[in-house]
Amino acid sequence: MKLNLLAVFATLYLLVLYAPIVLLPLFAFNDGTVIAFPLQGFTTQWFAALLNTPALHQATGNSLIIAVSTAILATILGLFAARAATRYSFPGKAGIVGFIMLPLVLPEVIVAISLLIVLMQLGLDSGTWSIIAGHTLICTPFAIAILQGSFANMDRSLEEAAVDLGETPWSTFRLITLPLVSPGIIASLLICFTISLDEFIIAFFLSGNEPTLPVYLWGQLRFPARLPVVMALGTILVVLSVLLLVVAETFRRRGLKRAGLKDTGGFL
Amino acid sequence: MSQNQSQNQSQKTPIVTLSGVQKYYGDYHALRGISAEIGQGEFFSLLGPSGCGKTTLLRAIAGFEDISEGHILLDGRDMEGVPPNRRPTNMVFQSYAIFPHMSVAENVGFGLRRSGKNAAEKRKAVGEALEMVGLGQFGARAAHALSGGQRQRVALARALIMKPKVLLLDEPLSALDKKMREVMQVELIRLQREVGITFILVTHDQEEALVMSDRIAVMFEGEIAQLDDPETLYRRPKSRRVAEFIGMMNFLPAQVSGEVAGRVDLDVKGLGRAELELAQCPSGARAGAAEVGVRPESLTLLYEGQSAEGGREASGTVREVVYYGDMTYYDILLDGAPAPVRVSMRNMPGRRVLDFGARARLAWDPRAMVLFC
Amino acid sequence: MGPGHCGRGTVWVNASFHKMMRSEAGKGLTLVSPTLIYALLLLAAPLAMIVLLSFWTQNFLTIERVATLSNYREALGDPLYRALMLRSLRISGTVTLVTVLLAFPVAYFISFHVRPDRKSLWLFLITIPFWTSYLIRVFLWRVILAYDGPVNGTLLGLGIIDEPLSWILYNANAVVITLAHAFAPFAILPIFVSLEKIDRSLLEAARDLGESRAMSFLRVTLPLAMPGVLAAVLIVFIPTVGDYVTPRLVGGSGGTMIANMIYAQIFDLNDRPMGATLAVMAMLIVAMVLLWGITRARLWLWLLDRAGGGPAGAALALAAAVVEILVIRLVFFQGPAWIGAGPSVIALLLAATLGSALILWRVPKGRWGI
Repeated sequence: MKLNLLAVFATLYLLVLYAPIVLLPLFAFNDGTVIAFPLQGFTTQWFAALLNTPALHQATGNSLIIAVSTAILATILGLFAARAATRYSFPGKAGIVGFIMLPLVLPEVIVAISLLIVLMQLGLDSGTWSIIAGHTLICTPFAIAILQGSFANMDRSLEEAAVDLGETPWSTFRLITLPLVSPGIIASLLICFTISLDEFIIAFFLSGNEPTLPVYLWGQLRFPARLPVVMALGTILVVLSVLLLVVAETFRRRGLKRAGLKDTGGFL
Repeated sequence: MSQNQSQNQSQKTPIVTLSGVQKYYGDYHALRGISAEIGQGEFFSLLGPSGCGKTTLLRAIAGFEDISEGHILLDGRDMEGVPPNRRPTNMVFQSYAIFPHMSVAENVGFGLRRSGKNAAEKRKAVGEALEMVGLGQFGARAAHALSGGQRQRVALARALIMKPKVLLLDEPLSALDKKMREVMQVELIRLQREVGITFILVTHDQEEALVMSDRIAVMFEGEIAQLDDPETLYRRPKSRRVAEFIGMMNFLPAQVSGEVAGRVDLDVKGLGRAELELAQCPSGARAGAAEVGVRPESLTLLYEGQSAEGGREASGTVREVVYYGDMTYYDILLDGAPAPVRVSMRNMPGRRVLDFGARARLAWDPRAMVLFC
Repeated sequence: MGPGHCGRGTVWVNASFHKMMRSEAGKGLTLVSPTLIYALLLLAAPLAMIVLLSFWTQNFLTIERVATLSNYREALGDPLYRALMLRSLRISGTVTLVTVLLAFPVAYFISFHVRPDRKSLWLFLITIPFWTSYLIRVFLWRVILAYDGPVNGTLLGLGIIDEPLSWILYNANAVVITLAHAFAPFAILPIFVSLEKIDRSLLEAARDLGESRAMSFLRVTLPLAMPGVLAAVLIVFIPTVGDYVTPRLVGGSGGTMIANMIYAQIFDLNDRPMGATLAVMAMLIVAMVLLWGITRARLWLWLLDRAGGGPAGAALALAAAVVEILVIRLVFFQGPAWIGAGPSVIALLLAATLGSALILWRVPKGRWGI
């Protein structure tokens, strides 16, 4: 009885969690300019409208550049920190790692305005590069969390065995460490890419006159006539995010399998 | 046999020389001046409880730990500053460290990458190494599809293919179940004899060390407490601590009256007067209170009609009976002794197992005693 | 070190430097340094910058670089800012409470009732919505909660209500609903992790020792899951206080929060020092409120245990909580009339924080892990 009640609750919870996402395609294919029920009929015109909106293409280009750069930078920084945190003990370790992970709990608005104010005080123009810098800062903790898992899953004596069998520390990293953490690296790249692609606040504060996709979306929300197009764009973004996530999760599980370990949970 | 062999070996050219090896971790003194020579082709064990420094010492020989002071010489060369990948040692890790993303053959052939051998030669070497550990057909298997015993064999083949001067084994049998462990003990002895390479084994299992080794270094708190062949270690432990760690030993209070011409005269509580040779007194013999160590198998129960040689007899009451099938262990409280002694008897046809509370007579032999002052 | 080495000081220094670099600590620090330097440059330095800026003032188009507390005086004294800050805390607090309360049963269900091989699927399903565009999810709540939206439509259709509910959009309630939805996975994951760590034989031992299912939950599961609950509280409360998008999209004028004001100061009013001040204040107040919450939870649970648990302990803990909260309310609302708005808030924060420090120092960390 208790089990049933819990199961019903959990299922309802999941339904509510998915409610907004389920609505998205409904309105995206709805043949009506008002985002409200009842639905009017099926159309793909909103998706077609996406194709001839140059400003959108510009924003998409910006977002892609930012997301790819962020993913690479954050993953590299994450590799350094995750390796140091799992493999070595050094003075002030907890404090240093805690500080690097701080953006995970800091309100994004604080990160955004502090970066903005520094740029303004230095008299620099904000733009794509400053968004990359900000996104790298907030994505690095995610990269560390994922990579730390990969490094921690790896038996330390594997690396020692390779050195013992004649490999140098560097070739050991290449032959043993990298292949074993590569699923984590790919997962980290994908997650950081997804976060950066969706991130709004920092991009909003720092974008200047080069809007990213979410910033462009935000601008469109003010025009009721543009909303159906926004729904279509949102549908594409959601599908893309889910796809990326599924790939990332697959890689994470493959990594676990490769390390001969049991699956113990999801991300983070 | 093992005693002769070991005497030969310790006279052979040493392949490993440890002199005054010290290791500090911050304030913690992990190795407190270890000195020893390990001969070519010897099966050498480092035995001790966890935390005694045996693994640290092994890892220092392999090059995974820097030592704070002293020298480690391998084949006459000082290893200071030589990284693990350039030392003539190879290691079998406690977790076996089988590379999970490689096949069995790739694992075994891992160290040949820099050997200059061509592909065919490598394949041949891998095949031979696998054959040697009895895994001839397993080359193509994925590493994660192996059982514990098979993983260990792969780890052995992977290290032996490098033809190291010294093979280091870090508790290699601790992850196996009892049956498998016994099989692998025999297998390791056979392998070592076959390849003739010096093996250094780290273990906390005294039985394992006794079974396999030519010589054993018993370590406590970062120091070697005794270094001897298994038999000497068992029969003539140098300290009460070593005696307690290796096998089981009874300790009886005794009163030493003195030493005359290499014979030590003493009175053992519950047993009686005894005369020991100086060789049985590792810490010397001073008049006064001391302790005498006797192994359970050196005390013999006397059945009806039997009597002890030279009248060395004692009697007491059975306080505990532990039946093991092949053996029975008795705790017997000797008349006039403060605590019971343990006696082990082989169970044989016609030999009755005594009951709890029964009276018992014991025969004892001074030659089987060790005196701790 | 033999006597031969004594004269070669530089060699020795060099060697010891190399030894340090080769040591654990040296390697670890070297390895972590790129990431650390990045975080110092892009997080620590900018944060220091806004703290500095918060002491300066905006004088029309130029910034007056003279350290003064006038921004803080204004932020603490102006009823508008006070109301905004209070509302931000109240909304975030409600969001946290709702999120954690709803998340706990779900995390419990996944950890205790879902087959082990299905657990990661459930977690995956729960995390997916979180990774989709935040902006669009929030906007869709505007659609869902709208006057003519599906919620009202369904309720009207079922005859539960006669006219559409108007209190669910463009006010604080809408903000709470939307944020609680957005932060659900953040609450579930840490609670799930701490529940997973509980050795199942502990619960069997509790049942074996005569406890009912409910009591073993209260006496074993709940205390051991507390660290996860605490993490969930932190991870939901802190970011939601600073949320900008949700109040803007669904909050209306009654749902505005501190982040919106910070934005307005910087971009609309062009008063960067005031924006910086509000940001610094927000961080400090959030830290103090969290400290207050954690220490008081520790104090109340300690009181509960000291009084031997049961109704007596609960009453004691409740009394302590009610008294302190009443005093705080009194000072907050009456204080401005007595000693001025700024001083009263500062006095309140100082007293509460001193109390927190005292509790951290004197009251032991109990079996609840807080």
